[in-house]
Amino acid sequence: MAGPATRGLLATALPLIGKRVASGLLTLLLVSMVVFFIAQLLPGDMAQELLGQAATADAVAALREKFGLDRPAPERYLRWLVGMVTGDPGYSLVANMAVSDVIAARLPNSLLLAALSALVSVPVALTIGILSAMHRDARLDRGLNVATLSMVALPEFLVATLAVLVFSVQLRWLPSIALIPADASPWLVLRSLAMPILTLSVIVIAQMARMTRAAIIQQLSQPYVEMALLKGIKPARVVLTHVLPNAIGPIVNAMALSLSYLLGGAIIVETIFNYPGLASLMVNAVTSRDMPLLQACAMIFCTAYLLLVLIADTVAILANPRLRNR
Amino acid sequence: MNNHVEVRGLCVKAGTTTIVEDVGFSIPRGEVLALIGESGSGKTTIAMALMGYARLGCRIAGGSVRVGDTDVLSLDEDGLAALRGDRVSYIAQSAAASFNPSRRIMDQVVEPAVNHGRLDRKAAEAKAVTLFRSLALPNPESIGERYPHQLSGGQLQRLMAAMALITGPELVILDEPTTALDVTTQIEVLRAFKQAVRDQGATAVYVSHDLAVVAQMADAIVVLNKGRIRENGAAAQVLERPADEYTRTLMAAARPERAAVDAPKATAAPLLEIKGLNAAYGTTPILRDINLTIARGATLGVIGESGSGKSTLARVIAGMLPPSAGSIRFDGAGLPPSLSMRSREQFRRIQLVFQNADTALNPAHCVGEIIGRPLAFYHGLKGAAATRRVAELLDLIKLPASLAERPCGGLSGGQKQRINLARALAAKPDLIMCDEVTSALDTVVGAAILDLLADLKRELGLAYLFISHDIGTVRAIADDIMVLYAGTQVETGRRQGYHGVARHPYTDLLIGSVPELRPGWLEEQGDRPAPPAIGQPKDGADLCRFLPRCSWRVGGTCEEFTPPRHRTPGGNIILCHRPEGASEGAS
Repeated sequence: MAGPATRGLLATALPLIGKRVASGLLTLLLVSMVVFFIAQLLPGDMAQELLGQAATADAVAALREKFGLDRPAPERYLRWLVGMVTGDPGYSLVANMAVSDVIAARLPNSLLLAALSALVSVPVALTIGILSAMHRDARLDRGLNVATLSMVALPEFLVATLAVLVFSVQLRWLPSIALIPADASPWLVLRSLAMPILTLSVIVIAQMARMTRAAIIQQLSQPYVEMALLKGIKPARVVLTHVLPNAIGPIVNAMALSLSYLLGGAIIVETIFNYPGLASLMVNAVTSRDMPLLQACAMIFCTAYLLLVLIADTVAILANPRLRNR
Repeated sequence: MNNHVEVRGLCVKAGTTTIVEDVGFSIPRGEVLALIGESGSGKTTIAMALMGYARLGCRIAGGSVRVGDTDVLSLDEDGLAALRGDRVSYIAQSAAASFNPSRRIMDQVVEPAVNHGRLDRKAAEAKAVTLFRSLALPNPESIGERYPHQLSGGQLQRLMAAMALITGPELVILDEPTTALDVTTQIEVLRAFKQAVRDQGATAVYVSHDLAVVAQMADAIVVLNKGRIRENGAAAQVLERPADEYTRTLMAAARPERAAVDAPKATAAPLLEIKGLNAAYGTTPILRDINLTIARGATLGVIGESGSGKSTLARVIAGMLPPSAGSIRFDGAGLPPSLSMRSREQFRRIQLVFQNADTALNPAHCVGEIIGRPLAFYHGLKGAAATRRVAELLDLIKLPASLAERPCGGLSGGQKQRINLARALAAKPDLIMCDEVTSALDTVVGAAILDLLADLKRELGLAYLFISHDIGTVRAIADDIMVLYAGTQVETGRRQGYHGVARHPYTDLLIGSVPELRPGWLEEQGDRPAPPAIGQPKDGADLCRFLPRCSWRVGGTCEEFTPPRHRTPGGNIILCHRPEGASEGAS
C-alpha cells in the first residue's frame, strides 16, 4: 500500500503499449497471409489474364516463369511480404505501372478526406453525446436521439444525393463533383470536399454520438459523480473533469471503429462525387483482377484500422491509472 | 432560531410514492444527530435533502430545511452548488466508489476548497496534509499523490473525511461511513471522525443502521421507519429507555440472541474433516495449514476480516479451487480436489449459499424454476412431484407456496435470501456452507434468517459452515468457532471458549473492537500501545502473520520463531508464543 509513489507514466505505460503494438503487428502478419492466399484462390492468374483466351499453354507458362508465378505459393508469399515491408508492393500489369505509384496518386486524397471528416465529426459527436447524456430523457436528449437515429438510418447514397440536389442543383453553392485541380487553393479544396465530408460525417457522427452518450450515462450513475455534485461542483464541470477521464476509454474505442469506416467505407461517397480515393481504386482492382493492387489496398485498410485501434488503446491506457500503474 | 439546523415537514417523493413524509428535527450548533433506520427508511434521502439534493427520479416535495440563516430548499442551482461542499459537506458510505478512480487523491481532496474559492491550490494542499496527519493517515505528505485503487478502504474513508473538512464546513453529513469497513478498522475511523468533527466545532448528522456505532457518535437520535419518524430524543434516553416499539425491535436485533440449539453428541466419525489444507490463487498463497472438523448436525463458524481467506475456504471445500496441499474427508471418504473429479452425489451433499442473493438468483426466473432446478438435477423430480416438493420447501423456509409463480426479481432482500437457502435445501444436503448470508441484510431481517437456520438445523439435522465477519452473528449460531487471520488459523475452539480472557491477541482485538450499545464505550477504548519495531526473523521461520499489529508480542521470540499451537485454559487452541494469549499474567 505505502509503496513508492506513482512511477513515471511512460515507464509503466510503455510496456503495455508495446504489447499492443506487438499484437497489432502479429495481426497484420496473419491478415497478410489471409489476403495473399485468398487472392490465390481466385481462378486464373495474371499471365492468363494478360494473354487472353487465345493464348497457347506454352506462352502462358513462359510468362508465368517471367513473373515468378511458377514458384511455390509460400515462396511467392514471402517475396510479396518482403516487398510490402520495403515499400514495393509489386507491379500492376493492368495500369502498367508500379503499384506504389498507383497508390501514391490516390492515398493522399483518401487521407485528406478521412482526416477532414474526422476533424468535423469527432467534436460534433462528442458535443451531441455529452449534451444528450447530461439532459438524459429531457426534451433536448429526445430531440438529439431522434436526429442521430435518423442519421444512422439514412443510407449514405441518399444523403449524398439529397446534398447534391440541395447545395448544387437548387442553391448552386457547391460543386457536385469533387475533382480537385493540382494547384487548387485551400479554399477551393474545402469547397470541393464539403459535400463528401458532410455525407461521411452524417454517418459516423450518429454512431459516435450514441456511443458517447451511452458511455457517459454509464459513468453518471457512479457514486463518485454524486459525490462531486455534493462537493458543489457544477454539472458541466463534473462531466468535463470527473466523468470524461473515466469514459474516454470506451469512447475512443467506439470512435476508432467508426473512423476506420472513413477510409474503406467511403466507396459510395467517392463514386457519387467522382472523388479519386483509395476505396474506388480497390473496387476497380477487383473488377480488373489487378491482384497486386488489390492486396496492397487490403493491407493499407487493415493497417489503418489497426493503427486506429492502437491509438484508442493507448488513450485508454493513459486515461486509466489502474492500467498504467499499480 | 437558536438551533443550527432546523428541518420542518420534509416530504420527498419518487414519482407518486412518498418516501419521506413529514419529517422534522432540529440540531443545536456543534451537536451530532444520528438518523437511524433500516434500508428503505429514508435516512439517506433525508440526509441528502439537507443539501437540497434528491437522487434521480426523486424530488423534494415540501417542507423546509434551514442551515444557519439559509433556507436551503429555496436556493436555486447556483446557490445550492455554492452551499454544497463548502458550508455543508458529505461523507459517503463507500469511499472506494465515491472517489473518482482516474484522478489523484490530492486533486479530489482540495477540489471543494479551490472550487469554492476558499483557498488557493497551494494553501489547500498544505491544509490537506495537516488534515491527513490529524486523521492518522500513513505518509501524510505523499498519500495525496496516490490513486484510489492504491489505498485501503479505511484509508479512503479517512481521506474522504479530509475532503469533507477542508473547507471548514459548519455542517458535516456522514452517511454510513464505517459500514463497509472491518470492525478493527471501524474503531480507528470512528475515533478519527469524532475527533476531527469536534476540532472543527461542526454540527454533524450521522446516518447509520448500527445502533452501537450511533451510541458512540451521537448526542441525539432520530429513529426512522418507512420514511417517518418513530422516535426522536437524546441518545442516552433512546438507547436506555426506548419509548417506541420499533426502536425496541431494532435494539433486540442489534445483538442477536443465541439462536442455535445445543450441539449434538459428538459421533465417532465427523462429517467433514480437513487436515493440513493449503490453497493458493496462482502462486499467491491464501490459506496455510487449515485443520478443522465438523460433526454431523453441528455448526462451525468461521470468522475473519476481509481478505482473511474465509470465502476461499468454502470454495476449496466446494471443489471450485483445488487445494495445493492437505486432505478433505467427507463422511469418512476422501473428497476429490476438483469439481470435475467429484460425483453428482458428492455435489449434492455439500451446498453453498452465497452472500448476495440479488446476484446469485437469476432475476428472470420465477421462484419455482430456481428451486426446481436442483430438484430435477439431483433427484430427477419433474411435473407434479416437483411442484409439490417446491411447495414443501417454501413452507420449510416459511414463505407462502403462492410465491412459486413469482419472478424473484420483485422479492425483498430477506425473501430472496430465503429462496437462496431453499435452493441449497432442495438438494437435501448434509452440509450447507453459508458465506456471509446475513451481511447484506438489515439487522432485523438478518436475525430472522439466523432463526430460520437454527430451526432447519434442528428439523433436518444439517451441519453448517457459517462464514461471517461479525463475531456477534457467529456467536449466535455456531457451536465451534474458527478465527482466520491472513489465511492462518489463529484460534479454534468451542463457542464458550471465546468468553474467557485467554485468547489469541487477534481474537482479542476482534472481540474488543465490536462497539457496545452504550455511549462512552469508544472513549474507554484507550489507544492500543504502538507495537515495537520488528527485527529480522531467524532463517526459515514462518512468523506469526498478526505480528505487525500485535500489541502483546514477546520481544526476542515473536519476531524470530514460528509460533506453536497451544491449548488455552479455556480449551481453545491458539497459534501464539504466549501460552495464554492476550491475557495478563502470562510471561
